[in-house]
Amino acid sequence: MFLREFWHKLGSPKWFYQISTGWMIGFAVAALVLLVVGMVWGLAFAPADYQQGNSFRIIYVHVPTAMVAQSVYISMGVAGIVLFVWRMKLADVAIAACLPVGMMLTALALFSGGVWGRPTWGTWWEWDGRTVSTLVLLFLYIGIYALREAIPDITLRGRASALVAIVGTINIPIIKYSVDWWHTLHQPGSFSLTEKPTMPVEMWAPLLVMVLGMYCFAGYIILARMRIEILLREQRTQWVRGLVA
Amino acid sequence: MILRLFFSELRLLSRNKAQVLNPLAFLFLGVMLFSVGVPSTVQSNGIYAGAVLWFIVLLTNLLALDGLFRRDYDNGVLEQILCASEIPFMVILMRIFVHWLHTGLLITLLAPLLGLALGIEAHALPVVMLALLLGTPALSFIGATGAALTVGFSRGGVLLALLVLPLFLPVLIFGANVINDAVAGIDNTAQLYWLAFISMVAFTIGPFATTVGLKISVQLQ
Repeated sequence: MFLREFWHKLGSPKWFYQISTGWMIGFAVAALVLLVVGMVWGLAFAPADYQQGNSFRIIYVHVPTAMVAQSVYISMGVAGIVLFVWRMKLADVAIAACLPVGMMLTALALFSGGVWGRPTWGTWWEWDGRTVSTLVLLFLYIGIYALREAIPDITLRGRASALVAIVGTINIPIIKYSVDWWHTLHQPGSFSLTEKPTMPVEMWAPLLVMVLGMYCFAGYIILARMRIEILLREQRTQWVRGLVA
Repeated sequence: MILRLFFSELRLLSRNKAQVLNPLAFLFLGVMLFSVGVPSTVQSNGIYAGAVLWFIVLLTNLLALDGLFRRDYDNGVLEQILCASEIPFMVILMRIFVHWLHTGLLITLLAPLLGLALGIEAHALPVVMLALLLGTPALSFIGATGAALTVGFSRGGVLLALLVLPLFLPVLIFGANVINDAVAGIDNTAQLYWLAFISMVAFTIGPFATTVGLKISVQLQ
């Protein structure tokens, strides 16, 4: 009952704008605390790797960005489904907000991966399975971005990008399996829901903190962008005028 | 009704031979340019053959996709198809199927020629054909979605490539891999199953997504 009411209220940009102030601040504070704690812990206190030495510490940037970059794309796909099924305006606002954030995080994951690859694999760039799937993710983001730029009408733009996001999200698992199958040099994923981490706890605990912090950071940025987008789109309404004046 | 739709699509195609022949010419041109460009030591042993063959097939498909809905969009037939409430899905399905016939199936039939030109040994050619037969439907059905979304732009070609090529990656990986393994004489049924699986997924969602995409594009006018 409560959820249903919440769902209906989400249809109102004004309600969302008001309620999301608190969420945004919450995410911002959580992100700040978690990222600072995780960064100091990971960079200064975690033990050095017995093989990779101190260069392994870039894991604390690389893994969180890569994980969140993928999650942001999938949430765009979910927002796309919401847009098609319920025609909720807010879903397109969410897609518009997720797009640049996900794109930047993917680029950052690729860059930090290159920096890490240099001392450990001896190369800046290697056509390795997971590297390629991240690169494809970047291209998927760029595709949606280019499509949005090409369509002037705001409703159609939303529906078109939602369609591409849905098709892309369906394809992500296939792409991942195919590139993993192809060949891989990467170490296996750092976290899995079903298995114990292979790293000692002193190493993965700060990583977990960083991952959570990065999720909160992305949540904060996306909410902030959504709020600005709402103000832009609703600029002719009474409540926005009242707010800005 | 399905048969009638199918034959009308075929008739449309037979009146527009350039749509069939130009991509094919491009296909051979691509193979030729590659073979001339690489050093002669690589030319005859076919180590790049799988990758190059699939890459050129992707591009050929992409070229043909651009014309998939273009003419109907420009002269308004597409709107009529979409307005007729029950059949649009079937018409679009048939359109994509016929597109596959004159790209995927035709390329499959020509594959022995292309394979030999790229230095694939004769014993691997049946597998090459089978891989193309199983993999190319995915290209047509995924690609049609992109073509539907970009048909409204006068220069949609680059955008189409940008949207669709990343999604073609799995087909390229398994397709090229199957050819390499076939040349080396390694068992390759797993990759063939994968290609069939990807085509099935594309066949399931492609026509729906294409219909939705066309509905969006029609409103752009």
